[in-house]
Amino acid sequence: MREIAGELIIATVRGLIMDAAVDLEPDCATALALARRQESSPLARDLLDLLLANVEIARQEKIPLCQDTGIGVIFVELGQEVHVAGDFVAAVQEGVRLGYRDGYLRMSVCDPLTRQNTNTNTPAVVHVESVPGDLLTLRFLPKGCGSENMSSLAMLPPSAGSAGIVDFVCQRVVAAGSNPCPPVVVGVGIGGTFEKAPLLAKRSLLRPLGQAHGREDVAALESQILARLNATGQGVLGLGGSTTALAVHIELYPTHIASLPVAVNIQCHAHRHKECVL
Amino acid sequence: MFENLRKIKLPLTDAVVRSLTAGDLVSLSGELYTGRDQTHRRLCGLLDKGLPLPVDLDGHLIYYVGPSPARPGAVIGAAGPTTSYRMDPYTPRLLEMGVRATMGKGARSAEVRQAMLAHGAIYLATIGGAGALLSKRVRASEVVAFADAGPEAMFRFEVIDFPAVVINDVHGRDFYEMQGQRGG
Repeated sequence: MREIAGELIIATVRGLIMDAAVDLEPDCATALALARRQESSPLARDLLDLLLANVEIARQEKIPLCQDTGIGVIFVELGQEVHVAGDFVAAVQEGVRLGYRDGYLRMSVCDPLTRQNTNTNTPAVVHVESVPGDLLTLRFLPKGCGSENMSSLAMLPPSAGSAGIVDFVCQRVVAAGSNPCPPVVVGVGIGGTFEKAPLLAKRSLLRPLGQAHGREDVAALESQILARLNATGQGVLGLGGSTTALAVHIELYPTHIASLPVAVNIQCHAHRHKECVL
Repeated sequence: MFENLRKIKLPLTDAVVRSLTAGDLVSLSGELYTGRDQTHRRLCGLLDKGLPLPVDLDGHLIYYVGPSPARPGAVIGAAGPTTSYRMDPYTPRLLEMGVRATMGKGARSAEVRQAMLAHGAIYLATIGGAGALLSKRVRASEVVAFADAGPEAMFRFEVIDFPAVVINDVHGRDFYEMQGQRGG
């Protein structure tokens, strides 16, 4: 058994949170710069220049890219040969509390009924998966809810097939309009069950932008949806242009013979994520 | 983009509001009030009880934003727009109180568009997801109401050269719709 101290987990999560809010990962910054080069609308080009300038200001001055510093979503891969003394999830949540406080990030978590702010941005949503080995991987995604609110799930009939999947995904992104801050990253989960598909969709957002799915037919579906979205003319911030989406990521899981769950999780252009392997 | 914008002073005058057209790029300077979900709920709660509002909104612009906290020495943290449709249920009542403009991101409901027409009000969008850049355009900030709501408190901002696009003008035009790209 490999021992990992709770203090290390707290410090690591705190650091991931503070970095993610101000330092856009290269995959997303590169995708924005590429879109700027390919964009045909003058207004959209100006807007992409502003978004790229925003990335630089955030990084240099440690001002959050977006004031919505999100509700924390943390995917954990916990090696079976790792032992953490004490309460593992409590350590993660403590890291979340410190990261949001020390990073001057916005407290956006509240009771769903009373709307009373918890004032700590905890609890984060934590998904723990057991994997072979002696490593602990922490993946942090601060999820802004302008885009999260535009997400949805359909339990399609299997007869809908690929065409039905493409129609549903495109219809959701188009209906979202300018609300989720396009150009968006579209996470799609196909298969599994009612709760599995959205989890696949969310997880797919962690794949580096520009990396296609490993299965050829799935990668083709990703390209098809991306091309169709960028042909809508919706464009940057819904103000027109050829850049409505930066990427479409699909993840699959086998499903029941009667079922075709499809989940769409929309992410904004400030696609913040950070990860660390301990 | 900052160079060629039409410069507009806040609070807006009636003549300026009426002169703006959907699609106009503007640069705002002057005083505005902020508010998002909780501020709107509470303002309408006060109106329900027949109580006075904490500030006189007559002629003012309400910016839908919940800023992140200021670092020591800074005026404000990130301060970009939040999605406007969540304020739709409250907006017609605030337009009745004299609010002349609102600013956020995303399309407004049919009811809000109708109320804007009735009251000669406009709606603007600013740059979603550019919170760091927009924070540099806020020169002063103070909480004027609902401090206990944290980021959802009502602030008074003094802004300078704050970029925005006119989405809905007083003639009923909608810039998102004009492009055939209006979202739900």
